[in-house]
Amino acid sequence: MDLGTERPQVPAKARNLSPIVPRASIAGRALVAVVAIMTFLASITTGTVLLVSASASEWQSEVASEITIQVRPVAGRDLDRDAAAATQAIRTQPGIVEVRPFTKEESAKLLEPWLGTGLSLDDLPVPRVIVARVQPGSKLDLAELRRAVTQVAPTASVDDHRAWIERMRSMTGATLFAGIGILALVIVATIISVSFATRGAMAANRPIVEVLHFVGAGDRYIANRFLRHFLRLGLQGGVIGGGVAMLGFGFSESIAGWFSGTPVGDQFAALLGTFTLRPSGYLALAAQAVLIAAITAWASRRTLFATLNDID
Amino acid sequence: MVRFENVGLRYGLGPEILRDLNFQIPAHSFQFLTGPSGAGKTSLLKLLFLSLRPTRGLVNLFGHDVSLLGKDEIADLRKRIGIVLQDFRLLDHMTTYENVALPFRVMGREESSYRKEVIDLLKWVGLGERMDALPPILSGGEKQRAAIARAVISRPHLLLADEPTGNVDPTLGRRLLRLFIELNKSGTAVIIATHDITLMDQYDARRLVLHQGRLHIYE
Repeated sequence: MDLGTERPQVPAKARNLSPIVPRASIAGRALVAVVAIMTFLASITTGTVLLVSASASEWQSEVASEITIQVRPVAGRDLDRDAAAATQAIRTQPGIVEVRPFTKEESAKLLEPWLGTGLSLDDLPVPRVIVARVQPGSKLDLAELRRAVTQVAPTASVDDHRAWIERMRSMTGATLFAGIGILALVIVATIISVSFATRGAMAANRPIVEVLHFVGAGDRYIANRFLRHFLRLGLQGGVIGGGVAMLGFGFSESIAGWFSGTPVGDQFAALLGTFTLRPSGYLALAAQAVLIAAITAWASRRTLFATLNDID
Repeated sequence: MVRFENVGLRYGLGPEILRDLNFQIPAHSFQFLTGPSGAGKTSLLKLLFLSLRPTRGLVNLFGHDVSLLGKDEIADLRKRIGIVLQDFRLLDHMTTYENVALPFRVMGREESSYRKEVIDLLKWVGLGERMDALPPILSGGEKQRAAIARAVISRPHLLLADEPTGNVDPTLGRRLLRLFIELNKSGTAVIIATHDITLMDQYDARRLVLHQGRLHIYE
Protein backbone atom coordinates (compact mmCIF):
# COMPACT_ATOMS: atom_id res chain seq x y z
CA MET A 1 0.00 0.00 0.00
CA ASP A 2 1.42 3.36 -0.99
CA LEU A 3 0.75 5.93 1.69
CA GLY A 4 2.31 8.79 -0.28
CA THR A 5 5.24 10.92 0.83
CA GLU A 6 3.54 13.38 3.18
CA ARG A 7 4.75 11.67 6.35
CA PRO A 8 5.77 13.87 9.26
CA GLN A 9 9.03 12.53 10.67
CA VAL A 10 8.46 12.18 14.40
CA PRO A 11 10.64 10.09 16.69
CA ALA A 12 8.53 7.22 17.94
CA LYS A 13 8.83 5.57 21.32
CA ALA A 14 5.54 3.70 21.23
CA ARG A 15 5.53 0.14 22.55
CA ASN A 16 3.00 -2.52 23.54
CA LEU A 17 3.15 -2.10 27.29
CA SER A 18 -0.46 -2.26 28.45
CA PRO A 19 -2.09 -5.59 29.16
CA ILE A 20 -5.14 -6.26 27.01
CA VAL A 21 -7.26 -6.66 30.13
CA PRO A 22 -6.18 -4.09 32.74
CA ARG A 23 -5.45 -5.73 36.08
CA ALA A 24 -7.09 -2.89 37.99
CA SER A 25 -10.42 -3.59 36.28
CA ILE A 26 -10.76 -6.87 38.16
CA ALA A 27 -11.86 -6.66 41.79
CA GLY A 28 -8.77 -8.63 42.79
CA ARG A 29 -8.23 -7.78 46.43
CA ALA A 30 -11.64 -9.02 47.55
CA LEU A 31 -11.20 -12.24 45.60
CA VAL A 32 -7.73 -12.85 47.03
CA ALA A 33 -9.19 -12.36 50.52
CA VAL A 34 -12.04 -14.80 49.81
CA VAL A 35 -9.70 -17.46 48.38
CA ALA A 36 -7.22 -16.93 51.26
CA ILE A 37 -9.95 -17.37 53.88
CA MET A 38 -11.34 -20.44 52.12
CA THR A 39 -7.87 -21.99 51.82
CA PHE A 40 -7.16 -21.23 55.47
CA LEU A 41 -10.41 -22.90 56.60
CA ALA A 42 -9.78 -25.89 54.34
CA SER A 43 -6.21 -26.22 55.64
CA ILE A 44 -7.26 -26.02 59.29
CA THR A 45 -9.92 -28.66 58.64
CA THR A 46 -7.54 -30.98 56.81
CA GLY A 47 -4.76 -30.45 59.36
CA THR A 48 -7.09 -31.20 62.27
CA VAL A 49 -8.44 -34.31 60.55
CA LEU A 50 -4.88 -35.50 59.92
CA LEU A 51 -3.89 -34.85 63.54
CA VAL A 52 -6.93 -36.63 64.97
CA SER A 53 -6.50 -39.59 62.59
CA ALA A 54 -2.80 -39.92 63.42
CA SER A 55 -3.38 -39.71 67.20
CA ALA A 56 -6.33 -42.08 67.02
CA SER A 57 -4.44 -44.72 65.07
CA GLU A 58 -1.46 -44.37 67.45
CA TRP A 59 -3.72 -44.72 70.45
CA GLN A 60 -5.61 -47.52 68.80
CA SER A 61 -2.44 -49.54 68.14
CA GLU A 62 -1.28 -48.97 71.72
CA VAL A 63 -4.59 -50.08 73.16
CA ALA A 64 -4.84 -53.05 70.80
CA SER A 65 -1.44 -54.36 71.87
CA GLU A 66 -2.56 -54.73 75.48
CA ILE A 67 -5.10 -56.80 77.34
CA THR A 68 -6.26 -56.15 80.89
CA ILE A 69 -7.30 -58.81 83.36
CA GLN A 70 -9.25 -57.90 86.46
CA VAL A 71 -9.44 -60.27 89.39
CA ARG A 72 -12.36 -59.31 91.63
CA PRO A 73 -12.35 -60.06 95.34
CA VAL A 74 -15.10 -62.35 96.63
CA ALA A 75 -15.64 -63.79 100.04
CA GLY A 76 -13.91 -67.09 100.62
CA ARG A 77 -11.08 -66.61 98.07
CA ASP A 78 -7.58 -65.27 98.50
CA LEU A 79 -7.22 -62.37 96.12
CA ASP A 80 -3.40 -62.35 96.15
CA ARG A 81 -3.24 -66.05 95.38
CA ASP A 82 -5.83 -65.77 92.57
CA ALA A 83 -3.91 -62.82 91.06
CA ALA A 84 -0.62 -64.71 91.16
CA ALA A 85 -2.25 -67.82 89.60
CA ALA A 86 -3.85 -65.74 86.86
CA THR A 87 -0.50 -64.07 86.15
CA GLN A 88 1.13 -67.43 85.80
CA ALA A 89 -1.65 -68.73 83.54
CA ILE A 90 -1.31 -65.69 81.26
CA ARG A 91 2.47 -66.06 80.99
CA THR A 92 2.09 -69.54 79.52
CA GLN A 93 -0.12 -68.33 76.68
CA PRO A 94 1.51 -67.99 73.25
CA GLY A 95 1.79 -64.41 71.92
CA ILE A 96 2.14 -62.83 75.37
CA VAL A 97 5.47 -61.04 75.68
CA GLU A 98 5.11 -59.31 78.99
CA VAL A 99 2.81 -59.63 82.01
CA ARG A 100 2.67 -56.98 84.65
CA PRO A 101 0.51 -57.54 87.73
CA PHE A 102 -0.30 -54.36 89.63
CA THR A 103 0.54 -54.68 93.34
CA LYS A 104 -1.82 -53.62 96.10
CA GLU A 105 0.10 -50.31 96.48
CA GLU A 106 0.04 -49.63 92.74
CA SER A 107 -3.70 -50.27 92.66
CA ALA A 108 -4.10 -47.78 95.53
CA LYS A 109 -2.10 -45.24 93.50
CA LEU A 110 -4.43 -45.71 90.53
CA LEU A 111 -7.38 -44.82 92.74
CA GLU A 112 -5.70 -41.82 94.35
CA PRO A 113 -7.19 -39.19 92.00
CA TRP A 114 -10.69 -40.27 93.08
CA LEU A 115 -10.26 -41.51 96.64
CA GLY A 116 -7.32 -39.49 97.93
CA THR A 117 -4.08 -40.64 99.56
CA GLY A 118 -3.62 -42.93 102.61
CA LEU A 119 -6.07 -45.46 101.29
CA SER A 120 -6.14 -48.95 102.77
CA LEU A 121 -7.31 -51.40 100.11
CA ASP A 122 -8.10 -53.94 102.80
CA ASP A 123 -11.25 -51.95 103.62
CA LEU A 124 -12.50 -51.89 99.99
CA PRO A 125 -13.36 -54.64 97.49
CA VAL A 126 -10.91 -53.29 94.90
CA PRO A 127 -10.11 -55.67 92.03
CA ARG A 128 -6.50 -56.45 91.17
CA VAL A 129 -5.35 -55.47 87.70
CA ILE A 130 -2.95 -57.44 85.49
CA VAL A 131 -1.74 -55.90 82.22
CA ALA A 132 -0.38 -58.22 79.52
CA ARG A 133 1.44 -57.00 76.40
CA VAL A 134 0.72 -58.89 73.21
CA GLN A 135 3.40 -59.47 70.58
CA PRO A 136 2.56 -57.20 67.64
CA GLY A 137 1.26 -59.19 64.68
CA SER A 138 0.57 -62.36 66.67
CA LYS A 139 -2.90 -63.86 66.79
CA LEU A 140 -3.84 -64.28 70.40
CA ASP A 141 -6.41 -66.99 71.18
CA LEU A 142 -8.53 -64.90 73.50
CA ALA A 143 -11.04 -67.68 74.29
CA GLU A 144 -8.23 -70.01 75.36
CA LEU A 145 -6.67 -67.25 77.46
CA ARG A 146 -10.02 -66.51 79.07
CA ARG A 147 -10.58 -70.24 79.80
CA ALA A 148 -7.08 -70.65 81.29
CA VAL A 149 -7.44 -67.60 83.51
CA THR A 150 -10.93 -68.36 84.82
CA GLN A 151 -9.86 -71.92 85.57
CA VAL A 152 -7.37 -70.70 88.13
CA ALA A 153 -9.17 -67.51 89.15
CA PRO A 154 -12.95 -67.85 88.62
CA THR A 155 -13.62 -64.18 89.47
CA ALA A 156 -11.24 -62.88 86.76
CA SER A 157 -12.44 -61.11 83.64
CA VAL A 158 -10.42 -60.47 80.48
CA ASP A 159 -10.78 -57.19 78.56
CA ASP A 160 -9.15 -56.86 75.13
CA HIS A 161 -10.39 -53.20 74.77
CA ARG A 162 -12.44 -54.08 71.70
CA ALA A 163 -15.22 -51.71 72.76
CA TRP A 164 -12.73 -48.86 73.15
CA ILE A 165 -11.17 -49.55 69.79
CA GLU A 166 -14.59 -49.57 68.15
CA ARG A 167 -15.40 -46.22 69.76
CA MET A 168 -12.07 -44.80 68.62
CA ARG A 169 -12.72 -46.05 65.12
CA SER A 170 -16.16 -44.50 64.96
CA MET A 171 -14.83 -41.22 66.41
CA THR A 172 -12.08 -41.06 63.78
CA GLY A 173 -14.58 -41.91 61.05
CA ALA A 174 -16.95 -39.18 62.25
CA THR A 175 -14.10 -36.63 62.35
CA LEU A 176 -13.03 -37.60 58.83
CA PHE A 177 -16.61 -37.42 57.57
CA ALA A 178 -17.12 -33.97 59.13
CA GLY A 179 -13.79 -32.82 57.67
CA ILE A 180 -14.75 -33.94 54.16
CA GLY A 181 -18.13 -32.23 54.55
CA ILE A 182 -16.50 -28.94 55.58
CA LEU A 183 -14.00 -29.21 52.70
CA ALA A 184 -16.83 -29.79 50.22
CA LEU A 185 -18.66 -26.72 51.56
CA VAL A 186 -15.49 -24.61 51.37
CA ILE A 187 -14.90 -25.69 47.77
CA VAL A 188 -18.51 -24.96 46.76
CA ALA A 189 -18.32 -21.52 48.45
CA THR A 190 -15.04 -20.84 46.61
CA ILE A 191 -16.56 -21.77 43.25
CA ILE A 192 -19.59 -19.54 43.85
CA SER A 193 -17.43 -16.57 44.99
CA VAL A 194 -15.10 -16.94 42.01
CA SER A 195 -18.00 -17.23 39.57
CA PHE A 196 -19.50 -14.00 40.92
CA ALA A 197 -16.14 -12.24 40.76
CA THR A 198 -15.58 -13.43 37.18
CA ARG A 199 -19.03 -12.31 36.11
CA GLY A 200 -18.39 -8.91 37.68
CA ALA A 201 -15.03 -8.60 35.94
CA MET A 202 -16.56 -9.57 32.59
CA ALA A 203 -19.37 -7.04 33.02
CA ALA A 204 -16.84 -4.31 33.86
CA ASN A 205 -14.74 -5.24 30.82
CA ARG A 206 -17.53 -5.84 28.34
CA PRO A 207 -16.37 -3.00 26.01
CA ILE A 208 -12.94 -4.65 25.85
CA VAL A 209 -14.49 -8.02 25.00
CA GLU A 210 -16.55 -6.41 22.22
CA VAL A 211 -13.51 -4.70 20.71
CA LEU A 212 -11.53 -7.93 20.87
CA HIS A 213 -14.37 -9.61 18.96
CA PHE A 214 -14.20 -6.79 16.39
CA VAL A 215 -10.53 -7.40 15.73
CA GLY A 216 -11.12 -11.10 15.28
CA ALA A 217 -10.20 -12.53 18.67
CA GLY A 218 -11.83 -15.88 19.43
CA ASP A 219 -13.42 -16.78 22.76
CA ARG A 220 -10.42 -18.87 23.79
CA TYR A 221 -8.03 -15.95 23.24
CA ILE A 222 -10.24 -13.59 25.24
CA ALA A 223 -10.82 -16.13 28.03
CA ASN A 224 -7.07 -16.70 28.36
CA ARG A 225 -6.47 -12.96 28.87
CA PHE A 226 -8.86 -13.02 31.85
CA LEU A 227 -7.82 -16.42 33.08
CA ARG A 228 -4.23 -15.32 33.75
CA HIS A 229 -5.52 -12.74 36.21
CA PHE A 230 -7.77 -15.20 37.99
CA LEU A 231 -5.11 -17.90 38.20
CA ARG A 232 -2.70 -15.36 39.72
CA LEU A 233 -5.36 -14.19 42.19
CA GLY A 234 -6.19 -17.80 43.10
CA LEU A 235 -2.53 -18.64 43.68
CA GLN A 236 -2.04 -15.52 45.81
CA GLY A 237 -5.06 -16.40 47.95
CA GLY A 238 -3.98 -20.05 48.17
CA VAL A 239 -0.44 -19.17 49.25
CA ILE A 240 -1.65 -16.67 51.88
CA GLY A 241 -4.38 -18.91 53.36
CA GLY A 242 -2.35 -22.12 53.17
CA GLY A 243 0.81 -20.37 54.46
CA VAL A 244 -0.93 -18.91 57.51
CA ALA A 245 -2.48 -22.30 58.32
CA MET A 246 0.91 -24.04 57.98
CA LEU A 247 2.53 -21.45 60.24
CA GLY A 248 -0.27 -22.06 62.73
CA PHE A 249 0.43 -25.81 62.73
CA GLY A 250 4.19 -25.14 62.86
CA PHE A 251 3.83 -23.07 66.02
CA SER A 252 1.15 -25.30 67.56
CA GLU A 253 3.78 -27.39 69.34
CA SER A 254 5.22 -24.29 70.99
CA ILE A 255 1.74 -23.07 71.86
CA ALA A 256 0.90 -26.50 73.33
CA GLY A 257 4.14 -26.24 75.36
CA TRP A 258 2.86 -23.08 77.10
CA PHE A 259 -0.18 -25.00 78.33
CA SER A 260 1.60 -28.18 79.37
CA GLY A 261 1.03 -28.94 83.04
CA THR A 262 -2.36 -27.26 82.99
CA PRO A 263 -5.48 -29.46 83.01
CA VAL A 264 -6.48 -28.23 79.52
CA GLY A 265 -3.01 -28.83 78.12
CA ASP A 266 -2.85 -32.31 79.59
CA GLN A 267 -6.26 -33.25 78.19
CA PHE A 268 -5.22 -32.08 74.73
CA ALA A 269 -1.95 -33.93 75.00
CA ALA A 270 -3.81 -37.07 76.01
CA LEU A 271 -6.20 -36.74 73.08
CA LEU A 272 -3.94 -35.47 70.30
CA GLY A 273 -0.48 -36.52 71.49
CA THR A 274 2.24 -34.01 70.60
CA PHE A 275 -0.05 -31.89 68.39
CA THR A 276 2.55 -31.99 65.62
CA LEU A 277 1.72 -32.30 61.93
CA ARG A 278 3.96 -34.74 60.05
CA PRO A 279 5.87 -33.57 56.95
CA SER A 280 3.37 -35.46 54.77
CA GLY A 281 0.65 -33.35 56.41
CA TYR A 282 2.37 -30.12 55.31
CA LEU A 283 2.66 -31.56 51.80
CA ALA A 284 -1.07 -32.31 51.87
CA LEU A 285 -1.80 -28.70 52.89
CA ALA A 286 0.43 -27.33 50.11
CA ALA A 287 -1.28 -29.61 47.56
CA GLN A 288 -4.63 -28.42 48.85
CA ALA A 289 -3.67 -24.74 48.39
CA VAL A 290 -2.67 -25.49 44.77
CA LEU A 291 -5.94 -27.40 44.30
CA ILE A 292 -7.96 -24.41 45.50
CA ALA A 293 -6.03 -22.10 43.14
CA ALA A 294 -6.77 -24.55 40.31
CA ILE A 295 -10.45 -24.64 41.29
CA THR A 296 -10.46 -20.82 41.19
CA ALA A 297 -9.04 -20.87 37.66
CA TRP A 298 -11.44 -23.62 36.56
CA ALA A 299 -14.52 -21.85 37.98
CA SER A 300 -13.38 -18.63 36.35
CA ARG A 301 -12.84 -20.32 32.98
CA ARG A 302 -16.27 -21.94 33.09
CA THR A 303 -17.96 -18.62 33.85
CA LEU A 304 -15.86 -16.82 31.21
CA PHE A 305 -17.00 -19.09 28.40
CA ALA A 306 -20.62 -18.97 29.57
CA THR A 307 -20.48 -15.14 29.65
CA LEU A 308 -18.65 -14.88 26.30
CA ASN A 309 -21.46 -16.85 24.70
CA ASP A 310 -23.82 -14.04 25.72
CA ILE A 311 -21.59 -11.24 24.42
CA ASP A 312 -21.14 -10.66 20.71
CA MET B 1 -16.59 -12.24 -1.97
CA VAL B 2 -19.95 -11.25 -0.44
CA ARG B 3 -23.32 -12.43 -1.68
CA PHE B 4 -26.75 -11.53 -0.25
CA GLU B 5 -29.83 -13.38 -1.50
CA ASN B 6 -33.32 -12.32 -0.41
CA VAL B 7 -31.97 -11.17 2.93
CA GLY B 8 -34.37 -9.64 5.43
CA LEU B 9 -33.72 -8.33 8.95
CA ARG B 10 -36.01 -7.40 11.81
CA TYR B 11 -35.25 -6.69 15.44
CA GLY B 12 -37.40 -8.84 17.71
CA LEU B 13 -41.04 -8.70 16.67
CA GLY B 14 -40.69 -5.27 15.04
CA PRO B 15 -41.13 -4.46 11.35
CA GLU B 16 -38.61 -5.68 8.81
CA ILE B 17 -36.01 -2.91 8.47
CA LEU B 18 -34.07 -4.54 5.64
CA ARG B 19 -36.01 -6.30 2.93
CA ASP B 20 -35.18 -8.55 0.01
CA LEU B 21 -31.54 -7.53 -0.26
CA ASN B 22 -29.90 -9.05 -3.32
CA PHE B 23 -26.38 -7.91 -4.14
CA GLN B 24 -22.77 -8.93 -4.43
CA ILE B 25 -19.59 -7.24 -3.29
CA PRO B 26 -16.82 -8.38 -5.65
CA ALA B 27 -13.24 -8.63 -4.48
CA HIS B 28 -11.16 -5.42 -4.97
CA SER B 29 -14.35 -3.35 -5.42
CA PHE B 30 -15.08 0.08 -3.93
CA GLN B 31 -18.57 1.26 -3.05
CA PHE B 32 -20.38 3.86 -1.03
CA LEU B 33 -23.40 2.81 1.02
CA THR B 34 -25.77 5.69 1.49
CA GLY B 35 -29.36 6.52 2.37
CA PRO B 36 -31.34 8.66 4.80
CA SER B 37 -30.86 8.34 8.55
CA GLY B 38 -32.54 5.22 9.92
CA ALA B 39 -32.53 3.54 6.51
CA GLY B 40 -30.54 0.61 7.96
CA LYS B 41 -26.97 1.38 6.87
CA THR B 42 -25.43 0.43 10.21
CA SER B 43 -27.60 -2.71 10.39
CA LEU B 44 -26.40 -3.75 6.94
CA LEU B 45 -22.78 -3.18 8.00
CA LYS B 46 -23.41 -5.34 11.09
CA LEU B 47 -24.82 -8.10 8.87
CA LEU B 48 -21.67 -7.86 6.76
CA PHE B 49 -19.52 -7.99 9.90
CA LEU B 50 -21.44 -11.02 11.22
CA SER B 51 -22.43 -9.33 14.45
CA LEU B 52 -26.07 -9.70 13.37
CA ARG B 53 -27.70 -12.72 11.76
CA PRO B 54 -30.32 -12.19 9.05
CA THR B 55 -33.93 -13.04 9.89
CA ARG B 56 -34.25 -14.65 6.47
CA GLY B 57 -32.31 -15.17 3.27
CA LEU B 58 -28.76 -16.26 2.54
CA VAL B 59 -25.57 -14.41 3.40
CA ASN B 60 -22.45 -15.85 1.85
CA LEU B 61 -19.12 -14.39 2.96
CA PHE B 62 -15.76 -15.46 1.55
CA GLY B 63 -17.48 -18.60 0.22
CA HIS B 64 -19.10 -19.54 3.56
CA ASP B 65 -22.82 -19.66 4.31
CA VAL B 66 -22.77 -17.63 7.54
CA SER B 67 -25.81 -19.44 8.98
CA LEU B 68 -23.66 -22.57 9.24
CA LEU B 69 -20.68 -20.96 10.97
CA GLY B 70 -19.70 -21.51 14.59
CA LYS B 71 -18.21 -18.85 16.88
CA ASP B 72 -14.60 -19.81 16.19
CA GLU B 73 -15.13 -19.75 12.43
CA ILE B 74 -16.80 -16.33 12.70
CA ALA B 75 -13.79 -15.06 14.68
CA ASP B 76 -11.49 -16.35 11.93
CA LEU B 77 -13.55 -14.65 9.22
CA ARG B 78 -13.52 -11.38 11.16
CA LYS B 79 -9.75 -11.33 10.97
CA ARG B 80 -10.27 -10.73 7.25
CA ILE B 81 -12.65 -7.82 7.83
CA GLY B 82 -11.82 -4.35 9.13
CA ILE B 83 -14.57 -2.21 10.61
CA VAL B 84 -14.78 1.44 11.63
CA LEU B 85 -17.80 2.20 13.78
CA GLN B 86 -19.35 5.60 14.47
CA ASP B 87 -18.50 5.33 18.17
CA PHE B 88 -14.85 4.36 17.39
CA ARG B 89 -14.64 1.65 20.08
CA LEU B 90 -11.07 2.39 21.15
CA LEU B 91 -9.77 0.84 24.38
CA ASP B 92 -9.27 3.66 26.88
CA HIS B 93 -6.46 1.99 28.83
CA MET B 94 -4.30 1.55 25.72
CA THR B 95 -2.30 4.17 23.89
CA THR B 96 -3.14 5.11 20.31
CA TYR B 97 -0.22 2.96 19.14
CA GLU B 98 -1.45 -0.05 21.16
CA ASN B 99 -5.02 0.36 19.90
CA VAL B 100 -3.87 0.38 16.30
CA ALA B 101 -1.52 -2.57 16.86
CA LEU B 102 -4.28 -4.61 18.55
CA PRO B 103 -5.27 -6.73 15.49
CA PHE B 104 -1.64 -7.86 15.11
CA ARG B 105 -1.42 -8.61 18.81
CA VAL B 106 -4.55 -10.75 18.63
CA MET B 107 -3.04 -12.60 15.66
CA GLY B 108 -0.09 -13.43 17.93
CA ARG B 109 2.52 -11.62 15.83
CA GLU B 110 5.82 -10.41 17.30
CA GLU B 111 5.80 -6.66 17.89
CA SER B 112 9.07 -6.18 16.01
CA SER B 113 7.39 -7.50 12.84
CA TYR B 114 4.73 -4.77 12.72
CA ARG B 115 6.01 -1.85 14.79
CA LYS B 116 7.31 0.18 11.85
CA GLU B 117 4.10 -0.47 9.90
CA VAL B 118 1.94 0.81 12.76
CA ILE B 119 4.09 3.90 13.27
CA ASP B 120 4.08 4.71 9.53
CA LEU B 121 0.31 4.42 9.36
CA LEU B 122 -0.16 6.56 12.48
CA LYS B 123 2.04 9.24 10.93
CA TRP B 124 0.09 8.99 7.70
CA VAL B 125 -3.25 9.62 9.44
CA GLY B 126 -1.71 12.55 11.33
CA LEU B 127 -1.36 10.86 14.70
CA GLY B 128 2.44 10.67 14.69
CA GLU B 129 2.63 12.92 17.71
CA ARG B 130 -0.25 11.24 19.54
CA MET B 131 1.04 7.68 19.50
CA ASP B 132 1.50 7.54 23.26
CA ALA B 133 -1.72 9.38 24.09
CA LEU B 134 -4.67 7.59 25.63
CA PRO B 135 -8.04 7.84 23.82
CA PRO B 136 -9.78 9.91 26.55
CA ILE B 137 -7.50 12.85 25.75
CA LEU B 138 -7.86 12.55 21.96
CA SER B 139 -10.27 14.79 20.06
CA GLY B 140 -13.22 13.24 18.16
CA GLY B 141 -11.33 13.51 14.86
CA GLU B 142 -8.21 11.92 16.33
CA LYS B 143 -10.23 9.03 17.73
CA GLN B 144 -11.81 8.52 14.35
CA ARG B 145 -8.43 8.40 12.63
CA ALA B 146 -7.13 5.94 15.23
CA ALA B 147 -10.20 3.74 14.67
CA ILE B 148 -9.62 3.87 10.89
CA ALA B 149 -5.95 3.03 11.32
CA ARG B 150 -6.87 0.02 13.51
CA ALA B 151 -9.34 -1.19 10.89
CA VAL B 152 -6.91 -0.96 7.95
CA ILE B 153 -3.62 -1.90 9.62
CA SER B 154 -3.92 -5.63 8.93
CA ARG B 155 -4.90 -4.96 5.29
CA PRO B 156 -8.23 -6.74 5.52
CA HIS B 157 -9.92 -8.33 2.51
CA LEU B 158 -13.03 -6.30 3.25
CA LEU B 159 -13.21 -2.90 4.93
CA LEU B 160 -16.47 -1.59 6.38
CA ALA B 161 -16.54 2.04 7.47
CA ASP B 162 -19.52 3.73 9.08
CA GLU B 163 -19.37 7.51 8.51
CA PRO B 164 -15.56 7.52 8.58
CA THR B 165 -15.23 11.21 7.79
CA GLY B 166 -18.04 12.44 10.02
CA ASN B 167 -15.79 14.12 12.59
CA VAL B 168 -12.94 15.47 10.48
CA ASP B 169 -12.42 18.62 8.44
CA PRO B 170 -12.70 18.44 4.61
CA THR B 171 -8.92 18.35 4.10
CA LEU B 172 -8.45 15.40 6.43
CA GLY B 173 -11.60 13.83 4.98
CA ARG B 174 -9.94 13.87 1.54
CA ARG B 175 -6.80 12.41 3.03
CA LEU B 176 -8.70 9.58 4.66
CA LEU B 177 -10.57 8.89 1.43
CA ARG B 178 -7.20 8.62 -0.27
CA LEU B 179 -6.16 6.09 2.34
CA PHE B 180 -9.25 4.00 1.56
CA ILE B 181 -8.58 4.27 -2.19
CA GLU B 182 -4.96 3.18 -1.71
CA LEU B 183 -6.11 0.28 0.43
CA ASN B 184 -8.60 -0.67 -2.29
CA LYS B 185 -5.87 -0.52 -4.94
CA SER B 186 -3.82 -2.92 -2.85
CA GLY B 187 -6.67 -5.45 -2.99
CA THR B 188 -9.18 -4.65 -0.22
CA ALA B 189 -12.88 -4.41 -1.06
CA VAL B 190 -14.19 -1.21 0.58
CA ILE B 191 -17.70 -0.28 1.68
CA ILE B 192 -18.07 3.24 3.09
CA ALA B 193 -21.41 4.11 4.66
CA THR B 194 -21.87 7.87 4.48
CA HIS B 195 -24.30 10.77 4.13
CA ASP B 196 -21.57 13.00 2.79
CA ILE B 197 -22.40 13.81 -0.85
CA THR B 198 -19.18 15.85 -1.20
CA LEU B 199 -17.13 12.83 -0.17
CA MET B 200 -18.94 10.59 -2.66
CA ASP B 201 -18.49 13.14 -5.43
CA GLN B 202 -14.73 13.02 -4.96
CA TYR B 203 -14.45 9.45 -6.18
CA ASP B 204 -16.31 7.72 -8.91
CA ALA B 205 -17.49 4.49 -7.34
CA ARG B 206 -20.47 2.19 -7.16
CA ARG B 207 -23.28 3.47 -4.92
CA LEU B 208 -25.56 1.28 -2.85
CA VAL B 209 -28.56 3.32 -1.75
CA LEU B 210 -30.81 2.09 1.01
CA HIS B 211 -34.32 3.46 0.95
CA GLN B 212 -37.25 2.16 3.01
CA GLY B 213 -35.40 -1.05 3.75
CA ARG B 214 -34.62 -1.84 0.11
CA LEU B 215 -31.32 -1.54 -1.68
CA HIS B 216 -30.87 0.26 -5.02
CA ILE B 217 -27.55 -0.13 -6.79
CA TYR B 218 -26.04 2.53 -9.08
CA GLU B 219 -23.02 1.17 -10.91
